[in-house]
Amino acid sequence: MMEISCHKVASGRASGPALVTGQAISFLGNVNSDTGVVVDPAHELFGESIAGKVLIFPGGKGSTVGSYVIYQLKKRGLAPVAMINLISEPIVAVGAVISGIPLVDRVPEEVLEIESGTLVEVDADRRCIRIFSSACD
Amino acid sequence: MYLSREEESIYQGERGETLARMMEILVALGDIYGAERLVPVRSVQIAGVSYKNIGQAGLEWISDLQGTVAVPSILNPAGMDLCRWKEMGIDEDFAEKQQQVIEAYRKLGVSIDCTCTPYQIYDSLAGPGDHLAWSESSAVSYANSVIGARTNREGGPSALAAALVGKTALYGYHLDENRRPTHRIEVEADLRGSDYGALGFLVGGMVKDGVPLFRLSGLESQPGKGELKALGASMAASGSVALYYVEDATPAPASRGEEERISLGRKDIEEVYAAHPTEGAEAVALGCPHCSAEELEKIARRLEGRKVVKEMWVCTARKTAEQNPRLVKMIEESGARVYCDTCMVVSPASERLGKIMVNSGKALAYLPGLAGVQAGLGSIEECIDVALGRR
Repeated sequence: MMEISCHKVASGRASGPALVTGQAISFLGNVNSDTGVVVDPAHELFGESIAGKVLIFPGGKGSTVGSYVIYQLKKRGLAPVAMINLISEPIVAVGAVISGIPLVDRVPEEVLEIESGTLVEVDADRRCIRIFSSACD
Repeated sequence: MYLSREEESIYQGERGETLARMMEILVALGDIYGAERLVPVRSVQIAGVSYKNIGQAGLEWISDLQGTVAVPSILNPAGMDLCRWKEMGIDEDFAEKQQQVIEAYRKLGVSIDCTCTPYQIYDSLAGPGDHLAWSESSAVSYANSVIGARTNREGGPSALAAALVGKTALYGYHLDENRRPTHRIEVEADLRGSDYGALGFLVGGMVKDGVPLFRLSGLESQPGKGELKALGASMAASGSVALYYVEDATPAPASRGEEERISLGRKDIEEVYAAHPTEGAEAVALGCPHCSAEELEKIARRLEGRKVVKEMWVCTARKTAEQNPRLVKMIEESGARVYCDTCMVVSPASERLGKIMVNSGKALAYLPGLAGVQAGLGSIEECIDVALGRR
């Protein structure tokens, strides 16, 4: 297990399989709020569901309505369980706070090299991320 | 970020779930922008009102909140006139959702004044040096520049958080160091009426999020409140200017630093008009930002005893309309409509119009993208002449 320190944006603790992208996400437009699936064909996560994942991405972009989209996903049980950004901007930060989704940032860029599917725990209150490797490593 | 003992207890949830979340929003944003602490605000103006913009997702969030605002709070324009929406061509489903948004805000103790011009309907919301949490870009610009108050451009959730907590994070335009001019704009031309919107349209695109300081050397360039409102509104739309200065017309900057110089003349202003001609306009919309009583009077005088041949909207705050029933009647007798609580930029009703003639640099910047309609720019007189079929 590897532990990385980070900065807390939105409180809480959760774990799940990682879903990783090097591209910024605009929750309004990139993600369908009724399915939790990335619907923008130009995005490298196209076709992937973000529901139940620890979503790791550089940061948000686009319309501020994206904050509400994150909230709607959470209410429908389709939100990520936690999020990790290199640097959080206000859209994702506010979305995470109002939805009660743990969000941390100020982590090294290497987190973008974590393989999707790896079990990751985000403990925002203790300001740390734990990355669990599989038993055979 | 430093929190007082009371703020810390709210953050820890001792005063309920909603307030804890609201405090968490303020702290998260304060951390992102490097704020040292929170500061009390005198008033809040909340964005995220038009159902066209916030949709079901936004409606659900606002409806789920509990509590009451801690400081006087009003709203941005909605997607329709809350009383005369049918006449505007708004469908029942949209109207129902829009009313739900309004009710959700009412429940939180927000005053149901839907306007981009809070300063035209209440004197008590902002004074020189006051910290505010306002949202609408032209209102933010007016508050910072003309009133001399201090506010960032708040998003919907952060404005509502400020309203419920009564505070905002101290960063950006709340601090002296971010209020220095970045550009010095020399304008050698006589400016009148819609020229200020055209000038703002031009300068916003040049300075982006900078702080321009204008020196207007034309003898006739003596901007009043209406002209400053128009100038700031268009710079906030074509760029994201939240603070500007006009020598001898607005409060002066407390300090000056390095400034990039730009010179503009009549030719530059005329190019903005030439790029957005009158031809082909099917409708006219005035009141972006919302008309003041003086502007209603000007429009009413010009329409008096005449009939419009094209659809014409005059947008204003409900309070402004209620305080000037005679002017509203004069305008409506011409066949034009005075719509309250909304405007051509945030209402889906403008989507059915073809090309719209406006006197506003802000509407000019937003209509093509937000409503998918073309816009022509002219003075208030030219716009009315188009509606009367004289051009």
